Amino acid sequence: MTAAETREAGTGADGPLVRVSGLRVDSGPTPLVHPLDLTIGAGERVGLIGESGSGKSLTALSLIGLLPDELDHGGSIALRGASDDLLAAPERELCGLRGRRVSMVFQEPMTALNPLMHVGRQVGEVLTQHRTLTGRRAVRARVLELLESVHLSDPERVLKAYPHQLSGGQRQRVMIAMAFANDPDLLICDEPTTALDVTVQRQVLDLVDEAVRSRGTSLLFVSHDLAVVAEACDRVLVMQDGRVVESGPVPSVLTAPQHPYTARLLRASRLEPASGRSARSTDGGTPGPSAAAPDTHDATPGGPAHGPASDPVVRVRDLHRTYRSGRRTVHALRGVDLEVHGGERLGIVGESGSGKTTLLKILSGLDRPTSGAASVCGVDVTRPTRRALRPLREGLQTVFQDPMGSLDPRMSVREIVEEPLIGRRDTRTRKHRHELVAESLRAVGLEPEAAERHPHQFSGGQRQRISIARSLVTDPDVLIADEPVSALDVSVRAQVLALLNRLVEERGLTLVMVSHDLGVVRHLCDRIVVMRDGRVVESGPADRVYDDPEDGYTRALHEATPSLDRVLARKRGQGR
Amino acid sequence: MIRAVGGRALRFVLTLAATSVLVFAFMRVLPGDPAEVALGTGASEEALERTRAEFGLDRPLAVQYWDWISGIPLGDFGVSFVTGEDISPVVLDRLSVSLILVVSAMVVAVAVAVPLGSWAAVRHRRADGIAVSALSQVGVAVPNFLAGMLLVAAFALGLGWLPANSWMPPAYDPVQFLSHLVLPVAALAAVQAAVMTRYVRTSVLEIMGQDWMRTARAKGLSRFRALVRHGLRNAALPVLTVTGIQLTTLVVGAVVIEQVFVIPGIGSELIEAVAARDLLTVQSVVMLLAMATLTVNFVVDLLYLILDPRTAVRT
Repeated sequence: MTAAETREAGTGADGPLVRVSGLRVDSGPTPLVHPLDLTIGAGERVGLIGESGSGKSLTALSLIGLLPDELDHGGSIALRGASDDLLAAPERELCGLRGRRVSMVFQEPMTALNPLMHVGRQVGEVLTQHRTLTGRRAVRARVLELLESVHLSDPERVLKAYPHQLSGGQRQRVMIAMAFANDPDLLICDEPTTALDVTVQRQVLDLVDEAVRSRGTSLLFVSHDLAVVAEACDRVLVMQDGRVVESGPVPSVLTAPQHPYTARLLRASRLEPASGRSARSTDGGTPGPSAAAPDTHDATPGGPAHGPASDPVVRVRDLHRTYRSGRRTVHALRGVDLEVHGGERLGIVGESGSGKTTLLKILSGLDRPTSGAASVCGVDVTRPTRRALRPLREGLQTVFQDPMGSLDPRMSVREIVEEPLIGRRDTRTRKHRHELVAESLRAVGLEPEAAERHPHQFSGGQRQRISIARSLVTDPDVLIADEPVSALDVSVRAQVLALLNRLVEERGLTLVMVSHDLGVVRHLCDRIVVMRDGRVVESGPADRVYDDPEDGYTRALHEATPSLDRVLARKRGQGR
Repeated sequence: MIRAVGGRALRFVLTLAATSVLVFAFMRVLPGDPAEVALGTGASEEALERTRAEFGLDRPLAVQYWDWISGIPLGDFGVSFVTGEDISPVVLDRLSVSLILVVSAMVVAVAVAVPLGSWAAVRHRRADGIAVSALSQVGVAVPNFLAGMLLVAAFALGLGWLPANSWMPPAYDPVQFLSHLVLPVAALAAVQAAVMTRYVRTSVLEIMGQDWMRTARAKGLSRFRALVRHGLRNAALPVLTVTGIQLTTLVVGAVVIEQVFVIPGIGSELIEAVAARDLLTVQSVVMLLAMATLTVNFVVDLLYLILDPRTAVRT
């Protein structure tokens, strides 16, 4: 009898597939997961929502017996058909279950595959390991079939490829093929799409959905993204600080949350246009007091405080950037035109490879274009000399994506924030610099005492605040934010976005923000530019681009972005 | 791939050429006239002239350099100014002794360090793993010659199992050859194994924390199997680099050990030649050592290309 047949025969007859009772995980004296109960029925799709440190990943790992050794655990996990409690089972028995009855897809596809082994062999290994198939030919044929089943376009090539020769989306498909190789009873997905582009995320989500439904596999889907979980699952558990605070069917938990934390998460993940930005909208929304008619804004994209006559702070004309990577020629930018006026907030949206990062690098004088013109604050950044860049370094500051990687761990917060001031004439005295640092830290909502500490003593959100403080210390005119919130949890994201909004408003900053997330950009920006393959495919007022995209790609991007409202509407429709 | 190998080969040859120029130039810049060394300080200017002409030292430097360098690929290092004999047979004979010493020491060190280091990594939280780690730390701190003298004191003088010093060519008496080899190789390998164990441990520890090792476990591979099938090859990459560097330091270590055990290797040859102010021999030995180092690096580069599919793309 195949696994699928067993499943059919056993459905409902002998209780749930997985029953977790009183699962507890501790790191020494610190509890990470408080006693937790969870059942997953055959073919049921259960979501686990939580932010970093909520214990959701540890819960997922304990279901496949891969908790880190240094952690203590208690409770029991019963898997139907397995004789022992999974938490107490001998390693030998667990090895027989992993990859055969319980499979897992991890978050980071870039590092989840062995870089030195052909992809085909890595997929084949899960078959030979459990002796599902023997003989090289049979394994190869089955691996090809599996790669095809996850819609990889050229399975023969993928079979012989090394992981670095595949894109992130392709690698995640390989991981899914691997997970389904032995037709498992339970698939665990831990943030499987968090590291992927929006359109690739859509494909991977659809793929998981299709595979799970067609085979009747039970699913445990872990994510911080409410919309993604809502889409993939029937039932959901919300975790906070190692506790399940709420659970129930997706539509009821996510429309009428009982626990304040769930309600807060929901609020934080619904990004409405921020109060600070000039609210313009084409679909009958309330326009802000200073907003002009949308048509004029399309023609002359100026900020509310500036007339069409004011010179743009950022001016980009027919910008090209081409470079060679090995034998390949990469066209990162293919003729980009752009203008940002003083006080305006421009959002640039695009997926990896769209050229948005290259554009930012050129604007901040870190890269030079192949051809075209670009000026920022009156400085020609296409052929910058050291002297000419000086006013630019003060007038333009950047907040980077990863608050973990962009702060030197050996420097104190003071040294980090103070650094842009060093070497400037007007901030020579230490006392003056210390005052500016304290002021900057206060502005981002940190105590001035934080200056004496080091980055590792702060959380991700706090580190991003430090990063913002550093960029504000020179009192710049232009703030460039490169994916400033994509590495943050939803509730922290809301706080950092609110902070950026307030600072931009109070200081009259010109903001250029890059993000892969249309919602985040619409939240903060007046105008949106959508980039693809080094070109601008659409540009216009934020609400118009968001609500009524003209370009096909923008529309695809918009539709691919998981939206809680759309999912819930659909689920309600199905329910009736 | 072919391009990558070609590029590295070209770099290897160019570095060799540059090194040879440096070695040659350095030897000429040093004070001391080979003719004066040969004839003694009392010799007349006329006699010195004649000797210089005889040695070919009156020719332009470029010609002298070419004369020297063109012979090396054929294994001809020229004639010593001091002894008047061909340098090559002596130097190559001495080199073969050192090679036996260094290569066997490295093989032993790696053979000990890989399992020991992996063990220390896998059991890094257990007492035995910590003990291995601590022991290797101690080993790193022991100089080669001290290890050699301790070994002699214990196994040669104390227990009398093995000869304390001197050398026996393998063709002459294989058993004697091996018994003479054991202590110097052990002295070299012990310290080397300690160093390598630490690197292997660090490397294995690092790969054990990699995401793809977790993927392997999630496929149902046991800890051991995941380590053997996925981990070790990845762990080998940084260890390989270190092995290359350590081989070079091992050559230096061998010079000292050859003194301790009175072994006629390239190290003792170098010291004798320096003492005798035998310019051309010193120059040749230094060049040989430089060639050995560069060759090791070249081989490591090639091995990297084979082991890591990403390197061929990166450069």
